Amino acid sequence: MSGLDILYFIIPSAILYATPLIFTAIGGVFSERSGVVNIGLEGIMVVGAFTGIYVNLEYGEAIGPNVIWFAILAALVAGAVFSLLLAVAAVSFRADQTVTGVALNMLGAAVTIFLVKLIYDKGQTDMIANSIQRFEMDGFELWGINWFPLANIPFFGPLLFQNVYSTSLLAFGVAIVAWFVIYKTPFGLRLRAVGEHPMAADTMGVNVAKMRYIAVLISGALGGIGGAVYAQTITLDFSASTIAGQGFMAIAAVIFGKWHPLGALGAALFFGVAQTLSIAGNQIPYIQDIPAVYLQILPYVLTILALAGFIGKAIAPKASGTPYIKGKR
Amino acid sequence: MEYVIEMLGIRKEFGNFVANNNITLQLKKGEIHALLGENGAGKSTLMNVLFGLYQPEAGEIRVHGKKVNIANPNIANDLGIGMVHQHFMLVENFTVTENIILGSEPTTFGMVSLKKAAKKVRELSERYNLDVDPNAKIEDISVGMQQRVEILKTLYRGAEMLIFDEPTASLTPQEIEELIQIMRLLIKEGKSIIIITHKLKEIMEVSDRVTIIRKGEGIGTVVTAETNPNELAELMVGRQVEFKTEKTEATPGEDVLVVKDLVVSDYRGIDKVVNLNLNVRRGEIVGIAGIDGNGQSELIEALTGLRKVKSGTITLNGQNITNLKPRSITEAGVGHIPEDRHKHGLVLDFPIGHNIALQTYYKPPISKGFVMDYKKISEKARQVIEEYDVRTGQGEMTPARALSGGNQQKAIIGREVDRNPDLLIAALPTRGLDVGAIEFIHSRLIEQRDKGKAVLLISFELDEVMNVSDRIAVIYDGTIVDTVYPKLTSEQELGLLMAGETRQQPDSLTKGGTE
Amino acid sequence: MMSNRIVNILVPAISIIVGLVVGAVVMLVSGYDPVQGYTALWNGIFGDSYSIGNTIRQITPYILAGLAVAFAFRTGLFNIGVEGQLLMGWLAAAWVGYAVELPRVIHLPLAIIAAAVAGGLWALLVGFLKARLNVHEVISSIMLNYTALYITNAIIKSLSDGGFKTETVLPTATLRAQWLRDMTDNSSLHLGILVALAMVLVMWFLLEKTTRGYELKAVGFNQNAAEYAGMSVKKNIILAMTISGMFAGLAGAMEALGTFQNASIKAGFTGVGFDGIAVALLGANTPLGVVFGATLFGSLKYGALNMPNEAGIPEEIVSIIIALIIFFVACGYVIRLLLEKFGSKKEGN
Repeated sequence: MSGLDILYFIIPSAILYATPLIFTAIGGVFSERSGVVNIGLEGIMVVGAFTGIYVNLEYGEAIGPNVIWFAILAALVAGAVFSLLLAVAAVSFRADQTVTGVALNMLGAAVTIFLVKLIYDKGQTDMIANSIQRFEMDGFELWGINWFPLANIPFFGPLLFQNVYSTSLLAFGVAIVAWFVIYKTPFGLRLRAVGEHPMAADTMGVNVAKMRYIAVLISGALGGIGGAVYAQTITLDFSASTIAGQGFMAIAAVIFGKWHPLGALGAALFFGVAQTLSIAGNQIPYIQDIPAVYLQILPYVLTILALAGFIGKAIAPKASGTPYIKGKR
Repeated sequence: MEYVIEMLGIRKEFGNFVANNNITLQLKKGEIHALLGENGAGKSTLMNVLFGLYQPEAGEIRVHGKKVNIANPNIANDLGIGMVHQHFMLVENFTVTENIILGSEPTTFGMVSLKKAAKKVRELSERYNLDVDPNAKIEDISVGMQQRVEILKTLYRGAEMLIFDEPTASLTPQEIEELIQIMRLLIKEGKSIIIITHKLKEIMEVSDRVTIIRKGEGIGTVVTAETNPNELAELMVGRQVEFKTEKTEATPGEDVLVVKDLVVSDYRGIDKVVNLNLNVRRGEIVGIAGIDGNGQSELIEALTGLRKVKSGTITLNGQNITNLKPRSITEAGVGHIPEDRHKHGLVLDFPIGHNIALQTYYKPPISKGFVMDYKKISEKARQVIEEYDVRTGQGEMTPARALSGGNQQKAIIGREVDRNPDLLIAALPTRGLDVGAIEFIHSRLIEQRDKGKAVLLISFELDEVMNVSDRIAVIYDGTIVDTVYPKLTSEQELGLLMAGETRQQPDSLTKGGTE
Repeated sequence: MMSNRIVNILVPAISIIVGLVVGAVVMLVSGYDPVQGYTALWNGIFGDSYSIGNTIRQITPYILAGLAVAFAFRTGLFNIGVEGQLLMGWLAAAWVGYAVELPRVIHLPLAIIAAAVAGGLWALLVGFLKARLNVHEVISSIMLNYTALYITNAIIKSLSDGGFKTETVLPTATLRAQWLRDMTDNSSLHLGILVALAMVLVMWFLLEKTTRGYELKAVGFNQNAAEYAGMSVKKNIILAMTISGMFAGLAGAMEALGTFQNASIKAGFTGVGFDGIAVALLGANTPLGVVFGATLFGSLKYGALNMPNEAGIPEEIVSIIIALIIFFVACGYVIRLLLEKFGSKKEGN
């Protein structure tokens, strides 16, 4: 493979692997910004992945290729409902957020396999017939002109626009919307205030519990989407090993991205490159000489280095991880 | 008579503890009404009830004569009640404007319109002479400025009745003076004010009437012009109070602590102590007078080994202790009553007995090397608890957290003095304590002096410095700008020195630091 | 008012009961018979000497993982990295177990110690990152869990020349004992339970009787006060994390030298480390409490394997129950509140 071919191979594949991470990490940003650490993202992704595959299998024949969107929508709802457990425990019941997150991960893994066995009477589902497909952004005809033939742009076309997943576009959109919401709207101002100094927000009439509930639900919804997207693009079925660390990697992306939506986007893309190389590196010259284990651990090691201040200091929202107790100084 | 706020027979309980019982407070339109009480008397609780943060168990609140139910701060805001909190409720990494609009943001097309908001903040700031920059970040502005932001927050929401919770606690004398001017201007513009405080002098200067509460009970309301500080103190404490601490003339001996050209920087690398010189002799109490944030914390931390010294020397009894580890300094003969007893002084989750062993746990007879003798800890603890009159409830196994502030402080003083140190550093030893505990602690410090020990007292309270010290070193901008004797100076002069003015005498030392 | 002690026992007790009840409801809703299910679970745990032997075998690593988490909690740290430390210990014990030839009296202790050292070193990294560079231990240990998983897999692959498991440990390094197998109808019960119980005593002694324990607890509760008292906060954090990791490493040794007799490549985590959080939480972070917690969760986990055979119910039901129990224990505040209300109502009557 030539240098350019390698790039044309790596970048689309990296975006593919990054897409579920982007959704989930943006969810993590919302939750963390409100002061709730969401260790349960892994479990939420598991629930999303199961829901997505289940809906896809059950209604795929009836609906056809568009079933993927129904699956994603169902995963969104399932993720949000599941994350409600974290919200209730961490916000209303003052439970330890990390412990609750761990419980969420265990519960997600157990419930989904329990259901798979209950419904399909075996340990994993069948393969889905309708997976998320890539397409070429070669523009559209209007008034006799071909608008936005992005795939035809030299270099960038093959790099970014010839093998596009609509879910990837959606992920980028979500990241940009998240940035807008968090930094430009009253909701975002309140969200950040609640994560930094909940009592100040409370005295200004901001309902801390409500803000945190909403943020956790958003993280659940996006985590659910992340799981469904991962399962419908990459594994195409659901089993105990479908989601193996993607949720934790999303947490890493939140931190590596410094709790900023666009930062998380960048971190997720970067981790996507690492994953691509660790999986497909044996086809690429030079990379194939690097043992896969180095690429596998890269995202995690980088996150630690970022936290340690070697790659710009990452500072968490101040009230992150602490329950807010009204009337306590 | 028109009352804008009436709180009638308020009762508030926390579990089995009654924080407020049968308290009545009536605020007239256009008055400054002081709420006086000792620490822990229930002042803040009462105001939090008014502000909707707590719900009362009994009693009623009327605003403009109408009975109201203030279920949350939003309702208080809508009723025109605003609160300037003692611990500022500001998000550090937000701008002034962002903090002010939080919760009621003006928007255009769903976006926060910061420009519009900033303009309104600027207008309000100008109208009330507050001089606040709407676009500054909170973490970059002074404490006094932050308080003005708190005031602006209430004005922005159209507050007519303002509650000030201990507003002068961390202000410089100038800032206090300016605050009083601001309050008067607010009254002139038709606002009414409740000020929570335990400082009699401020009450006499600023208030029209005073409501006093003691141990959660309402004592009554008096007109300021018809009372005096002694009467107020008696009402507040419930008995006669001595303002002067009894003590004999000091007979200082040789130097115990000598600090030379000390430079210490804070965690950001900014020099907070600059070329500081100081000495404390046997048999004297040296008071460090100064406004919070002029390098006191860094000085104490450097003296006790908790912070690295950049340059200069510290000697104790002629021995160089500069940059030694805390334990070496402790063993060289330094006792330290830390400024924040919860942060540094105690492990709150340990029993009080284990806390009393905090400085000696590693030495015989308590520690036998690898293994520790918890019986010996109990013995020592019981002795200190007895000697220093620490009221614990369940003896030495009572969790430190369960003790009152005064008793926690007594235990700390007992622990430090029991080791018989040559130098006792007492940093804000009476902060947040009631009058009885303050008297006890002052007498213990003087007792150490009389035993021929050196005592270094750091305090923000002028009264305390004037009453207890034999010599006063004034700290400003990280350096000792002057040394005065309590008998030969006045509070006015000290106040000026603390604010960085030089004494109008030829022998005065030059002012240090940078402006 | 109810005494604190009783409440401290009631909270986990209620959590367990509610967890089991919800589990029954889940079974009912899913069309299974809960009575049959729980009977199968019971038989899976206590049915015969074989089951009992295997249940105790399952409890063994749970005790050690629970101690690891509990020890960290008591010293102010949250060790969510037991999984990674356990994998490191597992590999180290297995390697020493087969690669070295020594008499049994040296070989077995050496293999066990190797596991403790490997787990301890892996945790030391977390302690160092926290003490020196202010990296929160929860995040760094999560990251190191995956790092450990991939690294141990890669090492096992290269040790076995591309295979998926190492050689079997030598008889001189095994924790298995024929008399234990004879006693329990050839179960895989091994001597590790004795090691685990010994460690329970070690943790108790270390925390409650030693000078170092006093320091570790003081640093855990209040770093500022500890520093004021002349303790080295950094040293104590690193030490606490290392000791915690050593317990976790020992849990790995139980698997390597007792249960499996080798180390193999894993697709994911063992779950023992995360279950250790549950064990510690249920046991209120005391050594004795950990024994109870480990006994409960270990029994449930092993007994669950009997549920598909005897009652046709997926064994995951037990993981659901365990997750719910942790969830309820974590929400202890609300249970306390309810207990108080209940208690005061009774008083009023």
